[in-house]
Amino acid sequence: MATDQTFPLDPPRPRALPVPPPIGETVVARWTLVAIAGLFLALVLVLPIAGVFTEGLRKGIWAYFKSFGDPDALASIQLTLLVAVISVPANLVFGVAASWAITKFDFPGKSLLITLIDLPFSVSPVVSGLVFVLLFGAQGLFGPFLAAHGLKVIFAVPGLVLATIFVTFPFVARELIPLMEAQGAADEEAALTLGASGWTIFRRVTLPNIKWGLLYGVLLCNARAMGEFGAVSVVSGHIRGLTNTMPLQVEILYNEYDFVGAFAMASILAGLALITLVLKTFLEWRFGDELAANRRH
Amino acid sequence: MTSTPSAAARPSAPARPGRRALFVRLRDVALVAGAFGAILGTTLLARADTALLNVSYDPTREFYKDVNQAFAAEWKAATGETVVIRASHGGSGKQARSVIDGLDADVVTLALAADIDAIARETKKIPADWQKRLAHNSSPYTSTILFLVKKGNPKGIKNWDDLIKPGVEVITPNPKTSGGARWNYLGAWAWAAKEYKGDDAKIRAYIADLFKHVPVLDTGARGATTTFAQRGLGDVLLAWENEAYLVFDEFGADKFDIVVPPYSILAEPPVSLVDGNVDTKGTRKQAEAYLAFLYSKAGQTLAAKHHYRPAEPAGVDKALLDRFPKLELVTIDDPVFGGWAKAQPFHFGDGGTFDQLYKPK
Amino acid sequence: MSIATSSGRGGAGRRRLVHGVLPGFGLAMGWTVVWLSLIVLFPLVALAVKASGLGFGGFVKLLQDARVQAALELSFGAALIAALVNAVFGVLVAWVLTRYRFPGRALIDAAVDLPFALPTAVAGITLAALFAKTGWIGGLLAPLGIEVAYTRLGVVVALIFVGLPFVVRTVQPLLADLDREVEEAAATLGASRLTTVFRVLLPPLVPSILTGFTLAFARGVGEYGSIVFIAGNMPYLTEIAPLLIVIKLEEFDWVGATGIACVMLAISFSLLLVINLIQAHANRRS
Repeated sequence: MATDQTFPLDPPRPRALPVPPPIGETVVARWTLVAIAGLFLALVLVLPIAGVFTEGLRKGIWAYFKSFGDPDALASIQLTLLVAVISVPANLVFGVAASWAITKFDFPGKSLLITLIDLPFSVSPVVSGLVFVLLFGAQGLFGPFLAAHGLKVIFAVPGLVLATIFVTFPFVARELIPLMEAQGAADEEAALTLGASGWTIFRRVTLPNIKWGLLYGVLLCNARAMGEFGAVSVVSGHIRGLTNTMPLQVEILYNEYDFVGAFAMASILAGLALITLVLKTFLEWRFGDELAANRRH
Repeated sequence: MTSTPSAAARPSAPARPGRRALFVRLRDVALVAGAFGAILGTTLLARADTALLNVSYDPTREFYKDVNQAFAAEWKAATGETVVIRASHGGSGKQARSVIDGLDADVVTLALAADIDAIARETKKIPADWQKRLAHNSSPYTSTILFLVKKGNPKGIKNWDDLIKPGVEVITPNPKTSGGARWNYLGAWAWAAKEYKGDDAKIRAYIADLFKHVPVLDTGARGATTTFAQRGLGDVLLAWENEAYLVFDEFGADKFDIVVPPYSILAEPPVSLVDGNVDTKGTRKQAEAYLAFLYSKAGQTLAAKHHYRPAEPAGVDKALLDRFPKLELVTIDDPVFGGWAKAQPFHFGDGGTFDQLYKPK
Repeated sequence: MSIATSSGRGGAGRRRLVHGVLPGFGLAMGWTVVWLSLIVLFPLVALAVKASGLGFGGFVKLLQDARVQAALELSFGAALIAALVNAVFGVLVAWVLTRYRFPGRALIDAAVDLPFALPTAVAGITLAALFAKTGWIGGLLAPLGIEVAYTRLGVVVALIFVGLPFVVRTVQPLLADLDREVEEAAATLGASRLTTVFRVLLPPLVPSILTGFTLAFARGVGEYGSIVFIAGNMPYLTEIAPLLIVIKLEEFDWVGATGIACVMLAISFSLLLVINLIQAHANRRS
């Protein structure tokens, strides 16, 4: 696992990650696997995304960029960022806390707890929006209270945030649980016997161990938070320039037969992958030596 | 898993600069994010000034974009007050539900009277007799259902009975989820009722046959249009009159033809003030003026421009009016249907005539 | 949300039932339970309360309805098939991405998350365009007599797309973490590569594969946005359960809509619980 050792026994191999396999498949087998995976991805991933960009660029690069100049489009981008900035950290904190409790301790009802965490995934987006309408809508449980105090949850930013937190709820926790489960608690227990405090253990031992899982969790969570359509659509009210997030703006543009605008907007969301790429490359570069050390111990 | 106790061997030793730097960086990121969020929040609040909200259905987007601009200009000229009109578009039923759940619409302009009835019933924010408040059943414009076919009309579709000829594929959205599709359905029903002289079994057989020719039920009218116009599926699209002309403009008149059946239904999309909301917000004056504008010469001309049939065509340019094809139209209040209050549950309610079509024998 | 902070020590009283020497259980568990209750449980209880308006007889009637049954069958069946496909290919993709260098690897690695980032409606529209008779792939399949768009197969294709990231992303960090010494040891002891893969490498991955499978399955069951564009939405045939919920809502039938939602929720919950129990059992044995 992660070490503080600063003097590796042999020179670090920073860029070659992971180390070229000393054991492994034959060249033929390797390329066959790559080919199968590539074909699968081409069919279910690359082609649809290529389709998005083709549509977005159909009328040329100028039309593509012009579609972002629309004030409603800009407002939707702002709103989407705002919602993600609130909901992703909320789920990050929850995810770390939940996986700490679940993987480092044994207690009855653990499977039930995990199942409850999974539950938001199986709830149809339509319903995830609906539950908040049932609670905070004008006819809902808290509707009269909110109306009496002039507060707005549904058809305003709080509703969008709540629905987004709900649909992205399990991501970070579910990403971390199998990883931390596999890693066990031995590292942390060792640190404890050496007198480290809880926070130090988490920061110095656990966090370095789980950073990849954490990164994937946050990336997935963020991607979904920005791309969520169904649940948000129920609580948004679709007010142009006010409560439309990017996915809803895409729908609006599409329904106005502005295919270029719609797919251009969608392609920004696809552009999130580029951010993923930059972040990962950065982390690999930043922690490359440490990873290389891990792999060899 | 192997573990390395050495990992935590020196918990109190100075942190590696790199890792500390990462935390500092994370803190910075959090700060920046927080500041960013605050700025966004304030801009959003600042934007929420006095405004009218028009909650409408899908195919009226282009029309109300023009209306909102024209009305804002007129209001400014008359009173000096700047009024911002916000628009929300979506499926008619879904929009009605949003208003019921608290979306504070000043006016609703929906596809079906039944949807505004539902708002009145569930919220009491609109009086039950709302439809009598404005002229022409509160419908400042009307529309009808036409056929859109491929250029040259290769399948020779002229009338409703041509839709069930062998090999013809019909595209229409799902009447359960789309307001426009209900008008399509009622149009077909009206024709069959006339053709078969009210013979219930024959009407139902025709409708059942018709929906056997429908390969896909999109959830919304615009989805169905895209399926037909862009994806090239089906031979005929049942569409709102204004939608059919819009497709002409958007996808090119060289690809499609509009077929006008001799007999169709008069679709009356109604409008209403949401009294409960305008009184809370203090926007009654502006909202009433907005609805009155729809009936004005300027409003009616805009409607005609967007291929909605003006309810008061007197002041509208004749050239615009001449574009509307002439055909015999039946209304929802015709004895065949007996008004929305009866037709809605009978045809589209749970277990209604539409559901019966798909019941396995 | 800030209310939750103060009650962070909620789980402290249960220490005797809890095994583990590390600190922070109270805080972590308390936060987990509070947040879970606020965001997930409370809203779902509200859903159940609304649905209880149906009454027992209403639920039985709902379950006996052939159309509801057909829709549930489709939603759960298609989700299961799609999750299985994703489990197999997801592991393969994760393996290829962590173990091999090849041109474009980094880009593909980053692109795996895209099915989440793309709004489901866009995914549905794009997939329908690709797989319709007039599309790039649909055009190739049509002569072979395979129709994807507007059939049940279309539902599965859409679900494979939306569920893909789950398996890849849950297996990937574990695969990256896997100790190569074990592999080397197995190879030194004369195990063939295949034996090593299936007897040494795969077993520790099973929990994460199962997790990914579970999540992809759960997500598929409820999916709406992408499917309605590619499924055709024919009652009894290609109508998914979430669409039935929407239809009920269009009829202003909140109770019926929440009723179907609750039935779906109950089935998903039981299935997820069984899978998680199996997994906990497997973890304990290893």
